[in-house]
Amino acid sequence: MKIGVFICHCGENISSTVDCPRVADVCRGYSGVEYSVDYKYMCSDPGQNLIKNAIHKYDLDAIVVGSCSPHMHERTFRNAAVSAGINPFMVEIANLREHCSWVHDDIEASSRKAIELMRMAIEKVKRDKPLTKIKVPVTKRVLVIGGGIAGIQAALDTANAGYEVVLVEKEPSIGGHMSQLSETFPTLDCSQCILTPRMVEVHQHPKIKLMTYSEVERVEGFIGNFKVTIKKKARHINEDKCSGCGMCITKCPIKKKAYNSFEEDLAFRPAVYVPFPQAIPNIPVIDETVCTYYKTGKCGMCLKVCDREAIDFAQKDTMHVADVGAIIVATGFKLYNIEKKSGDSKYKGYGEYGYGKYRDVIDGLQFERIASASGPTSGEIKRPSDGRVPKKIAFIQCVGSRDDSKGISYCSKICCMYTAKQAMLYRHKVHDGEAYIFYMDIRAGGKMYEEFVRRAIEEDKVKYIRGRVSRIYEEDGKYIVKGEDTLAGMPVEIDADMVVLATAMIPQDGAESLARTIGIPYDKYGFFNEAHPKLRPVESTTAGVFLAGACQSPKDIPESVSMASAAASKAIILFANDTLEREPVVAKVNEDICAGCFYCMKVCPYGAVEVKDVKDMNGIVYKEVAYINQGVCQGCGTCTATCLSKSIELAGFNNEEIFAEIAAL
Amino acid sequence: MKYGYFPGCSLTSSAKEYDISLRKVIDKLGISFDEINDWSCCGATSAHVTNHKLSTALAMRNIMLAEQQGLDNIIAPCAACYNRLIISQNEIGKHSGIRKETEDLLSVKFKKDIKVFNILELFLKSGINKIIENRKRELSELKAACYYGCLLVRPAAITKFDDAEEPESMEKIIEATGAGAVDWNYKTECCGAAHSIARRDIVVDLSKKILDDAITHGANVMVVACPMCHTNLDMRQRAMKRKYPDHKEFPVLYLTELIGLSLGMDEKELGIDLHYTNFKYADTLLNNSAKG
Repeated sequence: MKIGVFICHCGENISSTVDCPRVADVCRGYSGVEYSVDYKYMCSDPGQNLIKNAIHKYDLDAIVVGSCSPHMHERTFRNAAVSAGINPFMVEIANLREHCSWVHDDIEASSRKAIELMRMAIEKVKRDKPLTKIKVPVTKRVLVIGGGIAGIQAALDTANAGYEVVLVEKEPSIGGHMSQLSETFPTLDCSQCILTPRMVEVHQHPKIKLMTYSEVERVEGFIGNFKVTIKKKARHINEDKCSGCGMCITKCPIKKKAYNSFEEDLAFRPAVYVPFPQAIPNIPVIDETVCTYYKTGKCGMCLKVCDREAIDFAQKDTMHVADVGAIIVATGFKLYNIEKKSGDSKYKGYGEYGYGKYRDVIDGLQFERIASASGPTSGEIKRPSDGRVPKKIAFIQCVGSRDDSKGISYCSKICCMYTAKQAMLYRHKVHDGEAYIFYMDIRAGGKMYEEFVRRAIEEDKVKYIRGRVSRIYEEDGKYIVKGEDTLAGMPVEIDADMVVLATAMIPQDGAESLARTIGIPYDKYGFFNEAHPKLRPVESTTAGVFLAGACQSPKDIPESVSMASAAASKAIILFANDTLEREPVVAKVNEDICAGCFYCMKVCPYGAVEVKDVKDMNGIVYKEVAYINQGVCQGCGTCTATCLSKSIELAGFNNEEIFAEIAAL
Repeated sequence: MKYGYFPGCSLTSSAKEYDISLRKVIDKLGISFDEINDWSCCGATSAHVTNHKLSTALAMRNIMLAEQQGLDNIIAPCAACYNRLIISQNEIGKHSGIRKETEDLLSVKFKKDIKVFNILELFLKSGINKIIENRKRELSELKAACYYGCLLVRPAAITKFDDAEEPESMEKIIEATGAGAVDWNYKTECCGAAHSIARRDIVVDLSKKILDDAITHGANVMVVACPMCHTNLDMRQRAMKRKYPDHKEFPVLYLTELIGLSLGMDEKELGIDLHYTNFKYADTLLNNSAKG
């Protein structure tokens, strides 16, 4: 074997603490090294040409580059090698920059270390074998989980590119939180007016299969080849027969037993209901927990009034299987519960603000419903307790967010903007009303955002007080908001008629269990992790699973929509080829010596290990061994290290290669 | 479980009745107690604002004595003592430098992790059921406003006990005595604390607000667990009366006194007659029935 050695100076990054010519000289003396050279910028075009020419001239079989981290330029040097006719896996990188020159200052010692690193790489490359990329087929259909604005956008983009979409939403209607909002910042356009056309488009799109009131139960397979099991919960309404006339809803005698969650519990709904008039699909759901029929077997009023015979009390949950090539997760957020006990052991509540105790202390989404023309007060700002118009409202930002003592350190990002908007809407509707906003900092980064906040302050005379609120209590029908004005250095007290708390955004219920079902990582709050915070923000670390919207971190509508389009385009890129090429660095089991202990199965973070039956000539199973699905394996090597019988080898990093490196030290 | 008892200076002087009633109640409930021998100042107020090292050493000295006496825990009824002890303990636990410095000053090595409890924890852990079992007097006419003040449940990160902003542990104990507890707004507001001496005007205003809020919410007695709070809310009512002529005397009891009443002891026995404001349970009953 003829090996070429190339030592890069990286400008002065390496050469200032490593004697590069000396390293090249020493390497020249090692057995198998045919050619060795140092150069100022090996990644530059002339540097790459140097490599290519050397490969041709000296008829090299493998090369070792001493340079920066393989994360930076492994691909560059592999491509150079390929264009000169060498298999890309016959290229080794010794990291002389991050691992050596950047972290040492003694030239003699770091030069010696660089030589050692080079010798290790040379010993490894001698044992490397050419590898070829793995090809796997692609199912050109995408699963979108979550029918909020992010899921809707991702579904429409993918479908408009010509691919089939399965859109799964756990609520009876798509629309998500955006359908609850009154008007949106910074343009003050009506949220539903811009959203509902998109919802209708989803419903009518021939490429989109909409599954509402459904949840993802199981995900198997790997990129390009997922098999997803979806549970369709029983609506107790036959979807094919129902015309959406709403007669069952009108006639249902249960009027005040169930809170209307779309109205954020500010109103009631019947036992049979659609969440809101523009629901997609416009098919009701019967809530078994309050329906008289399920309690006593009597009533059946809906059954009597439905002339299409669509009511089906006996309907059961059904399971559906879908084959998809990519998954876009867009499960969104919910608001942190601010009652005394947060209901979630992770966080503490805000007993001192009296939410849940005082009916006029409400959260941001409740205010959205009160301000919404379709809401419980038809858009008139009224107190939930007595229906009076509040003449003074205190808005409190950062309730939960940025408060370590309650368990959440992050900024929820949208509250500065929506609080400014809500105060503005209030001032537009109640001209003699006063709006106070308690804030920590105003974070209005975004196009026209800062201008919007200035408009609230200057044109709409919203009074901003920089400081936290320590307590809210009731006194003679008013809510005394005690806080601090840190700019004036004074305590303040406001006797408000209503208080609106801008509570933190936290991941939707069940986010963590869904993440485990799909096999994607999440952070300590339950937000899904992106593969790289800057360069791969819409991909999860699991190949073929993409993220969109507030399930990844708090986001406003424009950001959720951009992220959804980006996730859709990632899926579309994936579908551009009929087969996928995967890196061949995957683990393989030697079935002859595998003892079938399946420790590898327990440690694999990607669920790539399966059980395989080994049969004799008569077709009788005589042992079970581990089998690693090459489409799922990410080449992390955990199984290789765990295997007791040493029967798993990771291509490109097998035992022989690794031991040779160690022995060279 | 046997408790180490650290009375602190207030309980031997201005809050003598707190000590008297505590000992009586504990005895009646069969909770055993061991006073720390040769206990000294906890390092409060003047010490901890002037000399950090001194205040930590003072507090740790008492904990050291408890350790030497073979105790596993300390009950500190005074909220300021409690606060000083747990904070000092937390500091030496967190910072090896302060630990070493304090150990050198006291010429010891701290070995045991002595648990420091406040008065609420004592009754919550060992008292609730016993109070219910030994109840002798019907107290349902009493409507108590439980006042926590600033130190009893703070700082939350160190006490890890109850909700610092909206505590409710004292109410649980009050309910065990058969008395009622009102829901009110000022349970953790400032009473003015040590300003009592230098700026009495501040204390009078702050404490008056607290009493008024309790009355507005239907209380006929206030219950406290801190000698400083008691001084401000009880003794300063005379000054309140001078500034606000229509102020009506309002009884302020220590938690232990109320428990004592429910166990059948009388006012004198519990030291209630040592207060500046008058409290006779029979009178309260009379007043209530006269109103009703």
